[in-house]
Amino acid sequence: MELSVNGREAYVYTGGRTFDASLPTVVFIHGAEHDHCVWVLQTRYFAHHGRSVLAVDLPGHGRSAGPVLGSVEEMADWIVALLDAAGVGKAALVGHSMGSLIALECAARHPARVSALALVGTAFPMRVSDELLGATRDDEPLAQDMVNIWSHSAYAQYPGNPGPGFWVMGENLRLMQRQKPGVMHADFVACNAYANGAAAAAAVKCPALLVLGKRDIMTPPRATKELMAAMPQSRKVEIAGSGHALMAEKPDEVLEALVGFV
Amino acid sequence: MANPRYLGFDTLSLHAGQQPDPTTGARATPIFQTTSFVFRDTDHAASLFNMERAGHVYSRISNPTNAVLEERIAALENGIGAIATASGQAALHLAVCTIAGAGSHIVSSRSLYGGSHNLLQYTLKRFGIETTFVDPRNLDGWRAAIRPNTRLLFAETLGNPGLDVLDVPNVAQIAHEAKLPLLVDSTFTTPYLMRPFDLGADLLYHSATKFLGGHGVAIGGLLVDGGAFDWEASGRFPELTEPYDGFHGMDFQEESTVAAFLLRARREGLRDFGACMAPTVAFQILQGVETLALRMQRHVENTREVAAFLAGHAAVESVNYPELDTHPDCALARKLLPRGCGAVFTFAIKGGRAAGRRFIESLRVFSHLANVGDAKSLVIHPASTTHFRMDDAALAAAGIGPGTIRLSVGLEDPRDLIDDLAGALRVSQKN
Ligand SMILES: Cc1ncc(COP(=O)(O)O)c(C=O)c1O
Repeated sequence: MELSVNGREAYVYTGGRTFDASLPTVVFIHGAEHDHCVWVLQTRYFAHHGRSVLAVDLPGHGRSAGPVLGSVEEMADWIVALLDAAGVGKAALVGHSMGSLIALECAARHPARVSALALVGTAFPMRVSDELLGATRDDEPLAQDMVNIWSHSAYAQYPGNPGPGFWVMGENLRLMQRQKPGVMHADFVACNAYANGAAAAAAVKCPALLVLGKRDIMTPPRATKELMAAMPQSRKVEIAGSGHALMAEKPDEVLEALVGFV
Repeated sequence: MANPRYLGFDTLSLHAGQQPDPTTGARATPIFQTTSFVFRDTDHAASLFNMERAGHVYSRISNPTNAVLEERIAALENGIGAIATASGQAALHLAVCTIAGAGSHIVSSRSLYGGSHNLLQYTLKRFGIETTFVDPRNLDGWRAAIRPNTRLLFAETLGNPGLDVLDVPNVAQIAHEAKLPLLVDSTFTTPYLMRPFDLGADLLYHSATKFLGGHGVAIGGLLVDGGAFDWEASGRFPELTEPYDGFHGMDFQEESTVAAFLLRARREGLRDFGACMAPTVAFQILQGVETLALRMQRHVENTREVAAFLAGHAAVESVNYPELDTHPDCALARKLLPRGCGAVFTFAIKGGRAAGRRFIESLRVFSHLANVGDAKSLVIHPASTTHFRMDDAALAAAGIGPGTIRLSVGLEDPRDLIDDLAGALRVSQKN
């Protein structure tokens, strides 16, 4: 579905169903250098199980017009502008990686608009090493390889993928290569610069769920202590055998964790 | 964090797509010899049918043993995924019919395996898909043959029978300038000798019957998607970018930015044409893939020895192998195929059809049959077998001389192969 958000064209995937604002709405927010299709094995399910789905392409990503927004805070406000454009009052937010920071910040800034918060593959602070940040600026193909390799558990290089016939690392690499030059650097700068996570978490009053990969080395489960402490109402699900690319490596487990929560 | 590195080719050949079976601990890939898979409950069933969840329903559409093979070949090819098919021919048919239909047009190299030529020239034409055949070496010819209704450019990485080396980067560029994908038949090169996606091709397939299996016991094919072609930007592929009535109005390109082609090929092509691979065959092909790198190295080493022997033999008119500097594509082969030009090549024997017949009938180690890519060495003499009805002029038009012999060099001791050839060449020259 195409929407006009802040005067620019934005694409949202609605899970294979016509969007219906009268149903409880779940917004899915992808991470850095990605688009809506990272959620393909979760979103379609919700759209056919009593929810309306808005799986966004963030500005400058996938089919949405640019420019890329430079900070987590701006992207958080953009999510609310998107809810306005879709005619949705309140929605559950599900975010992955950079998208989890956007969802967190959005829930803190706009508590009246967010009913529940699910953070998948999250960490705060989400520091990016100088080496990777430099590569996103100077050598995107190298940075894409770094992120692709570090995002998948050691075993994901030979996984036995539940999506028959797909090679998850190949798919992920091609998806990153589809994003426009410069997007990757802007996204990683935004993750690295985001400083408001602990304060935002303390301000979040809605139910919160963290879905973490036990083998995640990009956002390791131990890097969520501060967030969990600031959100006493939060709960976490750790998924065995998954790295940072949880929705591809363990699609059913991520889905089960979200069912009943959003 | 340490320097990131992908697993190497040899490791992927053994491991990609499979971990020890979580239920039984089986290290080898189990053969899931079952037509169907039980659902946990009715909702699980409905969500599998509707592509809401990943999983297996029915072995025509997907099967866990096949999935290991598909994923392994996709990893070796640096693609995003693959579909195992009943044969190499089924893979070509699936590729074409996923993105072309009545009124569509294909531009194809004329240097093709006879079966592929038949499919394009005669059979698909009956269904309204027209093909223009071009000389694969003539880049302007490719460009000139493209029409508004063209959907695909197609060629073999090493063409039949002359072993034309496909200039993949340049033909891919011509395709992409016209917003069209390039499909290649990679059967003769395998991912060990060439990875066409790294050179710009968009789709590829294998007759897995040949080198991927390597043992000559199973017929199969694999269709692989490189995932880089932008179907939406092309605007020529409503099959992938507009709602499909045959699957709940699914728009495949919206479902997956990179995998629209494979989703449609599986959900329509495997479902409706039904040319799936049997799980036991997938297991057999996997056994071959485990040793692909080792075998291809040995195939190439043996082929080099045999080609050098033949090139120096008095009863041989010419040897047609792209590594030899007498081949027109020698320079291109050095660039695109640094690990070797495979194990299939032709040579011309002095004395025409009669000498060819005597030669074939005198061989003891080489087997006279219509296949290539076996671990065992194979031979055929087109003028006295597959093409025996053609006169010399018709043969010449097909790039075949009366004395043309095709070899597929196997993994035997090369001294035995050379002795066998030497003996048969001697007999061939006796009148
Ligand atoms: C180059 C090439 N492509 C395709 C095929 C067809 O494969 P299959 O026999 O597995 O259908 C063959 C078979 O001889 C071949 O040699």
